[in-house]
Amino acid sequence: MNLHEYQAKALFAKFGIPVPKGRVAVTPAEAIAAAEALGGEIWIVKAQVHAGGRGKAGGVRLARTVSEVGEHAEALLGTQLVTHQSGPEGLPIDTVYVEAAAAIERELYLSLLVDRSAERVVIMASAAGGMDIEAVAADTPEQILTATLHPAAGLSAYQARALGFGLGLTESQQRELADILGKLIKLFHACDASLVEINPLIVTDAGSVVALDAKINIEDNALFRQEALQAMRDEAQEDRKECEARAHDLSYVSLDGNIACMVNGAGLAMATMDLIKLHGGEPANFLDVGGGATAEHVTAAFKIILANDNVKAILVNIFGGIVRCDLIAEGIIAAVGEVGVKVPVVVRLEGTNVERGRQLLADSDLGILAADNLTDAAIKIVALASDEGAAA
Amino acid sequence: MSILVGSESKVICQGLTGRQGSFHTEQCLDYGTQVVAGVTPGRGGAEHLGLPVYDTVRDAVRETQATVSMIYVPAPYAADAILEAAAAGVELVVCITEGVPVLDMVRVKAVLAGQNCRLIGPNCPGIITPGTCKIGIMPGFIHTPGSVGIISRSGTLTYEAVWQTTNAGLGQTTCIGIGGDQLRGMNFIDCLALFEADPDTRGIILVGEIGGSDEEQAAEFITSDVTKPVVAYIAGVTAPAGKRMGHAGAIISAGKGTADDKFEALERAGVTTVRSPAELGSAMAKALE
Repeated sequence: MNLHEYQAKALFAKFGIPVPKGRVAVTPAEAIAAAEALGGEIWIVKAQVHAGGRGKAGGVRLARTVSEVGEHAEALLGTQLVTHQSGPEGLPIDTVYVEAAAAIERELYLSLLVDRSAERVVIMASAAGGMDIEAVAADTPEQILTATLHPAAGLSAYQARALGFGLGLTESQQRELADILGKLIKLFHACDASLVEINPLIVTDAGSVVALDAKINIEDNALFRQEALQAMRDEAQEDRKECEARAHDLSYVSLDGNIACMVNGAGLAMATMDLIKLHGGEPANFLDVGGGATAEHVTAAFKIILANDNVKAILVNIFGGIVRCDLIAEGIIAAVGEVGVKVPVVVRLEGTNVERGRQLLADSDLGILAADNLTDAAIKIVALASDEGAAA
Repeated sequence: MSILVGSESKVICQGLTGRQGSFHTEQCLDYGTQVVAGVTPGRGGAEHLGLPVYDTVRDAVRETQATVSMIYVPAPYAADAILEAAAAGVELVVCITEGVPVLDMVRVKAVLAGQNCRLIGPNCPGIITPGTCKIGIMPGFIHTPGSVGIISRSGTLTYEAVWQTTNAGLGQTTCIGIGGDQLRGMNFIDCLALFEADPDTRGIILVGEIGGSDEEQAAEFITSDVTKPVVAYIAGVTAPAGKRMGHAGAIISAGKGTADDKFEALERAGVTTVRSPAELGSAMAKALE
């Protein structure tokens, strides 16, 4: 789950990590009031969306007067911001964050994340801040500094010093960095973060170290113990169908093709998409209905799939396992009837009572096509989708 | 022969009295697994499914001499359950539980590094030696004793590989679902080493998916240490970058961990790769001709 910049900065402030003064606004009038309350002479109006690259996309604007703050807020609020990370439709700007501008001497990069191969939390830092850090890592990997945290030892002083020297910080700035690192690590664990990123972390003209930006991702598996953070979820920033799927304990990802799939198990769901592609089709989604594949889940899954107008055919691929295939077939038949599926459906079932399951599907009069095996299923669905496409 | 578990394995179940624990333990018992006890804190002294229930893993191990534990406790308590089993001297811990927080696993892995305990999972179907010992949620009937070792990051996709090798008349020595999370216990390499050393395993099927670099590391290990034929499939060729595909570990980030990279690394290691998951069984049969 992603947080907005303003939410992340509030958490930073709570943990004692220095951030510029800022206020949230959802109307131009509020933005003006925010600027007046903050005082100063220059403000930054920042679009709050769950995507990086806001600056280049025109989502971060400088204002030299309070009325200019209002104009920027007016121009941004209620629009979609398209960045290189947002997808072509962009993300809605429902909130702006008004900040007192900081005088920047240097721009650094700092992040914490779980490194899966090290199986540890790792700190990454770079003197090349304010840039696309993935490009820095690819082009000049020597500019990326890392420190791996052992769970028992945490951050050692020598690691903080090495980062401080590596970033070319003065002695007092190094002390500030070490303080920030300690607090970031506390925040990372307390919030069950999967990523905390500050890009840029700045050195101000007065020589102090400040988090000018803030990005926090919370690990989904840990949300059960992060109630306060769960309340910060902004579903307007998320794919509507993916939200709906989550509400039904389904895992769904939209894709660009026209063949929908519904599969039990994430690995098999990916493999089914690959198989469709291998046989010349294009998958419309990833959808894992989970191990049970109950009638209730399957019905919810059909509804989510059919909300996508591109869908020309649906492939259901269930490896029954412990759940009997005849029960799954009954679930599919009930769901197809209830939802009123108008596009062709191919079902591939495998597992206990498979013959009975296939017979039920064949007898259902709902035009559900049973496939004999994986390959047969893929060939049938690709042919049906291209017929439908031609007819339309 | 088989690896890790067999007819002699004595197994306890942590979370036996819960819904999942009850259901799947019953299936394991039906299959013939020697499940000897359950552990549910606060329920010590009770009996469930005809098995004694203990308050602690230490009690259960002391009374039954079990060496394996399968865990079905809910995600918030799974890391603690793993550590309890390891501390009680359990040699093999199989954690089926899905949704264990990754920072919990960072702690678990650090503790286990200093102990003589193997972990399979979490978020996995478990391990089975066909005909003798099923520890997990996989459907027993699709397996048959035979000569192929199977290692997989996915559940139902493992069943595909199993079913195909059963239908091809090859059967399996042992099948291990290592789990779909970012941080897990045993990895491809650990299992490859055991299958390589097992005289009855003639060939190995490796089922990977996008994300991380475990398949690439497996490829290096195969080059240096595996002489038996290996057939591999990687799920997620069509997966978009930056999207988590169900499993916490199945995500392409910063352009790394793509299926194409993994296929390429495995092919360089001399592994027979299949682009269709439907061809795992036939490719293995051909490799063993």
